[in-house]
Amino acid sequence: MSQATQTDIDVVSEGRIESVSGPVVTATDLDARMNDVVYVGQEGLMGEVIEIEGNVTTIQVYEETSGISPGGPVKNTGEPLSVDLGPGMLDTIYDGVQRPLDVLESRMGAFLDRGVDAPGIDLEETWEFTPEVTEGDVVEAGDILGIVPETKSVDHKVMVPPDSEGGEVTAVESGEFDVTETVVELDSGEEIAMRQEWPVRQARPTENKRSPDRPLVTGQRVQDGLFPLAKGGTAAIPGPFGSGKTVTQQSLAKFSDADIVVYIGCGERGNEMTEVIDDFPDLPDPQTGNALMARTCLIANTSNMPVAARESCVYTGITIAEFYRDMGYDVALMADSTSRWAEAMREISSRLEEMPGEEGYPAYLAARLAQFYERAGLFENINGTEGSISAVGAVSPPGGDFSEPVTQNTLRIVKTFWALDADLAERRHFPSINWTESYSLYKDQLDPWFVENVAEDWPEVRQWAVDVLDEESELQEIVQLVGKDALPDDQQLTLEVARYLREGFLQQNAFHDVDQFSPPEKSYLIWQAIKTFNDEAFAALEAGVPVEEITAIDAAPRLNRIGTQEDYEAYVEELQGDIEDQLREKY
Amino acid sequence: MKEYQTITEISGPLVFVEIDEPVGYDEIVEIETPGGEVKRGQVLESQSGIAAIQVFEGTTGIDRKASVRFLGETMKMPVTEDLLGRVLDGSGEPIDGGPEIVPEERQDIVGAAINPYAREYPEEFIQTGVSAVDGMNTLVRGQKLPIFSASGLPHNDLALQIARQATMPEAETDDDSTEEEATDEEEGSEFAVIFGAMGITAEEANEFIDDFERTGALERSVVFMNLADDPSVERQVTPRLALTTAEYLAFEKGYHVLVILTDMTNYCEALREIGAAREEVPGRRGYPGYMYTDLAQLYERAGRIKGREGSVTQIPILTMPGDDDTHPIPDLTGYITEGQIMMDRELNSQGIEPPVNVLPSLSRLMDDGIGEGLTREDHADVSDQMYAAYAEGEDLRDLVNIVGREALSERDNKFLDFADRFENEFVQQGYQNNRDIGETLDIGWELLGMLPKTELNRIDEELIEKYYPEDESETSEEAVGVEADD
Ligand SMILES: Nc1ncnc2c1ncn2[C@@H]1O[C@H](COP(=O)(O)OP(=O)(O)OP(=O)(O)O)[C@@H](O)[C@H]1O
Ligand SMILES: [Mg+2]
Repeated sequence: MSQATQTDIDVVSEGRIESVSGPVVTATDLDARMNDVVYVGQEGLMGEVIEIEGNVTTIQVYEETSGISPGGPVKNTGEPLSVDLGPGMLDTIYDGVQRPLDVLESRMGAFLDRGVDAPGIDLEETWEFTPEVTEGDVVEAGDILGIVPETKSVDHKVMVPPDSEGGEVTAVESGEFDVTETVVELDSGEEIAMRQEWPVRQARPTENKRSPDRPLVTGQRVQDGLFPLAKGGTAAIPGPFGSGKTVTQQSLAKFSDADIVVYIGCGERGNEMTEVIDDFPDLPDPQTGNALMARTCLIANTSNMPVAARESCVYTGITIAEFYRDMGYDVALMADSTSRWAEAMREISSRLEEMPGEEGYPAYLAARLAQFYERAGLFENINGTEGSISAVGAVSPPGGDFSEPVTQNTLRIVKTFWALDADLAERRHFPSINWTESYSLYKDQLDPWFVENVAEDWPEVRQWAVDVLDEESELQEIVQLVGKDALPDDQQLTLEVARYLREGFLQQNAFHDVDQFSPPEKSYLIWQAIKTFNDEAFAALEAGVPVEEITAIDAAPRLNRIGTQEDYEAYVEELQGDIEDQLREKY
Repeated sequence: MKEYQTITEISGPLVFVEIDEPVGYDEIVEIETPGGEVKRGQVLESQSGIAAIQVFEGTTGIDRKASVRFLGETMKMPVTEDLLGRVLDGSGEPIDGGPEIVPEERQDIVGAAINPYAREYPEEFIQTGVSAVDGMNTLVRGQKLPIFSASGLPHNDLALQIARQATMPEAETDDDSTEEEATDEEEGSEFAVIFGAMGITAEEANEFIDDFERTGALERSVVFMNLADDPSVERQVTPRLALTTAEYLAFEKGYHVLVILTDMTNYCEALREIGAAREEVPGRRGYPGYMYTDLAQLYERAGRIKGREGSVTQIPILTMPGDDDTHPIPDLTGYITEGQIMMDRELNSQGIEPPVNVLPSLSRLMDDGIGEGLTREDHADVSDQMYAAYAEGEDLRDLVNIVGREALSERDNKFLDFADRFENEFVQQGYQNNRDIGETLDIGWELLGMLPKTELNRIDEELIEKYYPEDESETSEEAVGVEADD
């Protein structure tokens, strides 16, 4: 947040508090523009202008308003709500308005107090700047000026701010600097430091958007295998409480092959954020082997933190994501849960007495959701690099009913739909992604990548698995009426194969050290092993072996254990051999 | 302190007063009726010139001549360790005839949010002695785990059993053989219990108090009572007083505190009532749109804090209107809490005590709180396997009704039997029976022994070798594990 400079920002105008209602405060006589940041009351609570009507300005306040009384001062900074951008954002946890939570803890102890400011990036810390330009070079907005090793995993690129005129480089520094010191000077007189600001509600400019063609490899079998997400793609995970939204998003944050992860805890549990803070510094990034935290930026506005900051945390997160995209990185952004964000909009809207739309949500709900997901994508940046933001939003529908406005409006925008299912979760089938309801519209455009990088027949094998599972759902309806034994042998066998697909492939235990991460090569081998059983079993059936004998071979149940094997290649090879031997010796 | 006699409107639980000086949002107010009775309230909204006040004790007896004093501060709870052993009303006034309470501090009842960075992740096992909880939905210190119940179900018996039996097996070592001693070592690890009653009947409340008295638990309890015939608006305050006391005892005095709040449904009804009186735009089923945030501000006051001794563990109880878990009260609660224990009407009528349906129940903090050195190495796998097997057996029951047992395969019949025995032997235990975790897991193995080893695909093969009960007909592997707790 631009509090970095709060002390030196001039107060451009001052007004008086007229009324206070929860997070919404009105002020009179305040000269302000929409989205200006203001400080409210003696405590100086941070807020943002959200409505102007005659002499009355409405402000949403990002801190608790208890005890704030009419008549108190309101000071306008004249600056829009912005984030500080520069090295030091990774390996950090922020609140919804980019105050670092560790700094807040050291200033006010374990409980969050009010009226404390902290810059989004540390103004004192110094960084090693290595220039990539020399005097005389002509640079434009967005161009990369130099490199700063931000963490073990990530080189931070210092760029010309997007709103700069550019020009000829007249001076370049090299060495240790803090984020406000000038590292490059232009002939226009512009002095460029490592730190920039950007208003959160405005997308950072790009050259153009491209059609995604590489998967965000998640290491989750059901996702990579059946419903893949593209780098630069959008996905929604709706599901009732306890169905696995958070665990799924945390798995993506841990194992997906993104360069940068921005994880937004929006209106959810404190302990879940603590878990990430505790775990990520110790867990290795499967790509680099460094600590996961070295590629991660966390934003936490938990459910008991101020509602208005829940509205802003999503924007804070996506703006930070855009900044790393501009450097040419693949960013994965997780928002848990977008429903809480929508509810924050609803609460503020109702305090403004706006005309409510569907289920009390403001009429602009759909537009806001669309604007958010539009900021994701695979982009050609203005500096010529290619970067992406993949956006994954959890949705928490009331009563688990997907027909409600947030789910519906989200589905209209996103292209991957991972539908979580309470029934599956109840029987501990995890991840509880329903394979008949879910979809990915990226499947076809990503197939070439899987064919080239994993297996030539990836699309065919996937189709085989989908067909078996489809057949199973149809057969299950009959079984519910007559029992399994009444089915013909071949159908009984199909049910058995489908069971292995469900238990051995679709299910994946996020808490098992080995099973939690399944690279596509492993996922493919599991498919292959189950397919071997399928092919051998049907051959045996053809040759007259009774179905009970086929399904009773003791090698088959091992299909469900491949996921937990570290040395899965050897395990699968042996298993396939055993399946062949045990079945072939029966005829 | 400013005093007014300018009430302009009285409507339901709300009073509107003309004021000429600013008052703060949430500020506390005293209203003195002409009869001399003093009621307390809180500023809900203050527009210059007029303040809307919600009156905790109800507006009965207030007229336009009543005088209104703004106390210039938000509501505080006087806290001290001496509160232990005391019974207070829903606004925090002693009703047990005991001595006056001399507070050590007065703390804001709204409570600030714990900085997630300052939290300590909860992962210490609490043994409740109830198999359906310990084995399948383990509770840990600092968790918020509600009981989802419905009218006529014995949620109070379960809550009392947990309050009575909950201990933390201290000084657990990695060595299995010492487990028995460790679990027996219960001294010094008991909870302080904070009991917050909201709108329950006097009879129900007495059930709790009598049990606390009988077991001596009252000495380490603080009881807040807002009964069914007490003013409903007061229910807004009761849980906040209880939680403020809990936080004080936990984070300043080092107690491990167990907070039981019952019945959250009455709390939510009161919230709806105030919303309606303020003519707010209602959300789902008439409950205010901010109910999620409001409930979160209560439930999130559970946890542990880095560098502090104590902990706040919450067991809120709610009754689901119409047994419907998609009703906004259980639904929003489930979205905030770290799991839920689901009571089941059918199991209750079968006489299962406690009638916990484990399938829709969940403890989200279980994974980190169990396993080697915490409970037992096989805990996670056993519980996973029992879930899967019980779910499968449950499914088959519908089918059996149609096609009969004979039409099912041998495998299916085993799962059916498993489901029956799971309910009758594992879940069924009685409210006076305290099983330690070893005993719970051993019962689990006994039941899993009905299924062939190859079906136990959620259990690590080594653990199967170690714990699977071998019957005489099979060649016995070497001695089966430790199982010392029998
Ligand atoms: N892949 C998985 N492997 C094992 N267990 C899982 C998995 N996914 C979910 N679970 C189990 O389900 C529980 C609930 O998951 P989670 O907390 O992600 O739900 P949620 O959908 O985020 O719920 P809420 O909306 O209330 O936040 C977890 O605590 C865990 O026990
Ligand atoms: Mg969640």
